[in-house]
Amino acid sequence: MNAPLETIGFTLNGTPVAAEVSPVARLSAVLRDELGATGTKLGCDAGDCGACTVLVDGAAVCACLMPAATAAGRRITTVEGLANGRLSALQASFLRHGAAQCGICTPGFLVAATALLDRNPAPSEEEVRDALGGVLCRCTGYRKIIAAVIDAGLPETGRDSPPPETGRAVGAAVMRLDGVAKVTGADRFGADERPAGALSVLVIRSPHWHARFSFGDLDGFVAARPGLAAVFTAADIPGRNRFGVIGPFADQPALAEGTARFRGEAVALVAGEPAAIAALDPTEFPVDWHALPHVLDPAEAVAEGAGLVHEDRPGNILTQGLVARGDAEAAIAAAAVSVSGTIETAYVEHAYIEPEAGYALLDGDTLVVRACTQAPYMDRDDTAAVLGLPPDKVRIVPAATGGGFGSKLDVSLQPLIGLVALKTGRPAVLAYTRTDSMASTTKRHPASMHATLAANAEGRIAGLAFAGDFNTGAYASWGPTVANRVPVHACGPYLTPNYRACARAIHTNGPVAGAFRGFGVPQATIMLETLYDALAAKLGLDRLELRRRNALADGDRTATGQVLASGVGIRACLAALEPHWRRALADAETANAAAGDGPVRRGVGIASCWYGCGNTSLPNPSTIRVGISAAGRVVLHQGAVDIGQGSNTVIAQICADAAGLPLAAFSLVDGDTGKTPDAGKTSASRQTYVSGKAAEKAGRALREKILRYANVSPQARIEIEPGLLVVREGEARRQIALDTLPLDARGYVFSAEESYDPPTTALDENGQGVPYAVYGYGAQIVELAVDRSLGTVALLKITAAHDVGRAINPQLAEGQIEGGIAQGIGMALMEDYVPGRTENLHDYLIPTIGDVPRIETILVEIADPEGPFGAKGLGEHVLIPTAPAILNAIRDATGVLVDRLPATPSRVLAAIHAAEAER
Amino acid sequence: MANYARPQTLEEALDLLAKGRWRVLAGGTDFYPGQGARPIRENILDINRLDDLRGIARTDDAYVVGARTTWSELIAHDLPPCFDALKAAAREVGSVQIQNAATVAGNLCNASPAADGAPPLLVLDASVEIAARAGRRRVPLDAFVRGNRETALAPDEMVVALVVPRAATAGSSGFVKLGARRYLVISIAMAAARVALAEDGTIGEIALALGACSPVARRMTTLEGALRGRRPDAALAFGPDQLVELSPIDDVRASAAYRREAAAEILRRAIRQSCNDGAGGEIAA
Repeated sequence: MNAPLETIGFTLNGTPVAAEVSPVARLSAVLRDELGATGTKLGCDAGDCGACTVLVDGAAVCACLMPAATAAGRRITTVEGLANGRLSALQASFLRHGAAQCGICTPGFLVAATALLDRNPAPSEEEVRDALGGVLCRCTGYRKIIAAVIDAGLPETGRDSPPPETGRAVGAAVMRLDGVAKVTGADRFGADERPAGALSVLVIRSPHWHARFSFGDLDGFVAARPGLAAVFTAADIPGRNRFGVIGPFADQPALAEGTARFRGEAVALVAGEPAAIAALDPTEFPVDWHALPHVLDPAEAVAEGAGLVHEDRPGNILTQGLVARGDAEAAIAAAAVSVSGTIETAYVEHAYIEPEAGYALLDGDTLVVRACTQAPYMDRDDTAAVLGLPPDKVRIVPAATGGGFGSKLDVSLQPLIGLVALKTGRPAVLAYTRTDSMASTTKRHPASMHATLAANAEGRIAGLAFAGDFNTGAYASWGPTVANRVPVHACGPYLTPNYRACARAIHTNGPVAGAFRGFGVPQATIMLETLYDALAAKLGLDRLELRRRNALADGDRTATGQVLASGVGIRACLAALEPHWRRALADAETANAAAGDGPVRRGVGIASCWYGCGNTSLPNPSTIRVGISAAGRVVLHQGAVDIGQGSNTVIAQICADAAGLPLAAFSLVDGDTGKTPDAGKTSASRQTYVSGKAAEKAGRALREKILRYANVSPQARIEIEPGLLVVREGEARRQIALDTLPLDARGYVFSAEESYDPPTTALDENGQGVPYAVYGYGAQIVELAVDRSLGTVALLKITAAHDVGRAINPQLAEGQIEGGIAQGIGMALMEDYVPGRTENLHDYLIPTIGDVPRIETILVEIADPEGPFGAKGLGEHVLIPTAPAILNAIRDATGVLVDRLPATPSRVLAAIHAAEAER
Repeated sequence: MANYARPQTLEEALDLLAKGRWRVLAGGTDFYPGQGARPIRENILDINRLDDLRGIARTDDAYVVGARTTWSELIAHDLPPCFDALKAAAREVGSVQIQNAATVAGNLCNASPAADGAPPLLVLDASVEIAARAGRRRVPLDAFVRGNRETALAPDEMVVALVVPRAATAGSSGFVKLGARRYLVISIAMAAARVALAEDGTIGEIALALGACSPVARRMTTLEGALRGRRPDAALAFGPDQLVELSPIDDVRASAAYRREAAAEILRRAIRQSCNDGAGGEIAA
């Protein structure tokens, strides 16, 4: 029976509204679907993320948990109601502080903070945390949100920094250019638009790890349910039913063909009118499952006789990577001291607050897909291949993307909604539920690693042997990248003359493991950096000193034999941390002396990172187009998708200074594949460096064209006035009336388009070569307290020094660091994705606003000759040192290393007891 | 959804319950997460218009917490120190957003092993007042929650109030929630204690309860007996083996061995809070 509808009326942001809805409809659905108030975002539909926070009679509630009938007659305030002609003080403060990154959680924070500020205009940090503890953010690390809320109550005047002067954009803490829409709720994410007449789509997924399946009477199923349009299965896929981010390894069907290889794999689509899809119980779908034997543990997967996940991949080994230099075994055997260890890590879920969502429709014979993404051109090519279309008949229009961190590099719903639109001719919309998102998309690879590190008596590293198995799950995704990146990076930013590192990507019937901020390097760094601490203890050396002694310097050779001529910043990072290290050690000693035999012990840990920017030994060009319109706007076709990290702003800053044009004159065109050239994927910490370099080249080329036209020297200044370019050189002034000039083929008066691809070489069979043209470096200190009675860990402070080459935008760089640290904290202490068990945000824990301590950021700028204005990548580097520094600090506090992540209270206490038993 | 009803009076609600099977909807904070994206097929009895069920009243012999009272309302209500543990638990229920909508009674009806309200209400000897058209009955909390997601409610009954007898309101109380993060966390373990000191400074009355360790939160009556009459400082020297009523579970959040040990530790801390008249506590990893 259909739900009885009622007319429910309430006041929305001061205006009376009414909707004809089920009285038990979620208020969030009423606001978004019936009233078009899509500023209220959905992250979980379970009260776990707070993105949908609204005020009901002034009190914050989750709109996803409130029955429509309860809202009747009440006063509802959403993010759309915060601004009153101009941004509220709180919204302005969020912008000023860089408190919004991707923006999907921002409305929830703003609304929850508004409730706080209404009753307490000058809250303390603790009061802010208590008020905002119910809203999750995955990008910012919360620190700028806290600062923005505290600052919102203070007088506003004179604090808006003016736009940077021409030529001074690089290095300025410019407010993000796309920020206003994020604080007003106007940004349109994947789930925020629904084309008229669109069909809704429901995905039927495998409940089994491994199963054969067959369908029952699909036509009868559709016929019996008014409002359903069709069911689609693999048999309906017109193209090659295999997608994958790395062409030669592409192996994942958009819809499984008779066999499902992991729990959550899509097997069929049901398309229908929205009400019919909402009324559908997926368990009634006619599919018969025949469960097959499965393997979840990589050790079992590689054992003799194990069933194969893919028939053509013997031993369940997808691929392996090796880097070997010198003779590691001999060097370790001959060394004065050596230490060995093992580390195991868990599946980590990306847990962006925006589940995958979007729509597809046919525009003539072109399939248009608007969805969240990190990689529009890769989406285009994969979607086209699956649907049997030429790539130019698929247009990807990126929606605002509510976080990605690697998982939105792979296609998810794009081929599915594309198939429905193509087959039915009607638009198709789909928003994954939180469970859909967690069960079906990629994860960080669980790693099982062992290594031996050896040094001479002075603490100079003699050799390192590392081996790691990475559980890549049922399909390839980015498994090959992890297998190749890990051996290159497993020695850290340290001179390691004798080295052997091997990483295997192993198939199981677990979730597909793919790209997640660092591609396996965060796991490998936990192995390495915990060994550095063990080695320091054995040598009786200060832990920072051991790292300093071995840190790479200009002119050194890496483990792949690459000579780093200049720009090596790890020594500068460690030097910057030195005074903090001394202070932190002294503070901990004082606190521990005062605590006596009490259960709480302070500890301090340190860890370093290095990370190559861009693809490993593979081409990854970016192309940037910039033009001057007849109206005098500088139009930047900025295809480096901004998923919150700030590329819209940073790339524009670079281009502005390269062109010598004012940043304020810039307008952005996004990564729409129909309008903007390919700037590659937002991945591998490559956008600031690679797309930034292309933007620098394009900016310079544009400038040259204008100067040549004006027949002036490179020293000339270019100014923009309405309809005019004004070129000045010395006393000379030349005026170019833009509307008198012809438009070029790109539709601009002047334009330029430039590409850049990092100069790298292939790695040989021993992993020798130049895998990356630019590396970034960093190190972090963690101060914490362990309660030895409970095994709980309280973080006190993290000090992070990162060499970014040149901080194009220091505020955005800080935001990346704080956000990466928060993810590192989660990985170290709480995040443990158990397939089938933690497919929601209350069983899968990510850090809340109360879990991220004060962070002090030190931006180190050792220019790289290759990067634009000397800049290096940063996005992934920032989370790499955090987890090992936390484990090292726990060991400093307790004497024990937790060698299985996450270091939950249960595991910390078990490790303490195990050590006690040994003594 | 077959039927939806939003009665204005308790009598109407009880009549409906007598005539058919209904799923009761109050704050919605467990209803919707449990429902997920599946269509609602049950009959829904929306009790959000039953205004008599809202609020906290003090009678001659009891404190009566109406079934629709939210956690936020409980926090804001002036109550004696024996309720400190319950208020501390209230501040740890989900988030402010959840506390503003979720009801104390609903927390018990949902019968989650990790219900934040259970341990502090157990140390208050709380009963659940249940109504049906045939009449009312009071069921002690430890008999009301029978297992994981299982209560003593009959299909024609609904909870109308929680009742804390005045006899159990002596002394102060403490509460410790142990979780793997600071906010919005399902407990690994929870402890509540209520202690009333005798005139000689020894423990006169003591009530201890542990939650999130087993399918149902439990009173630790054996330990209570052992500690009664002791001096507070001496009372803290018990070990995990004295938690006789505890049979902890192993799950993704922690091992059983850990829970046993941690339960003893947080119980000691909860006792210390109650003896010091301290505020509630929370421990995050």
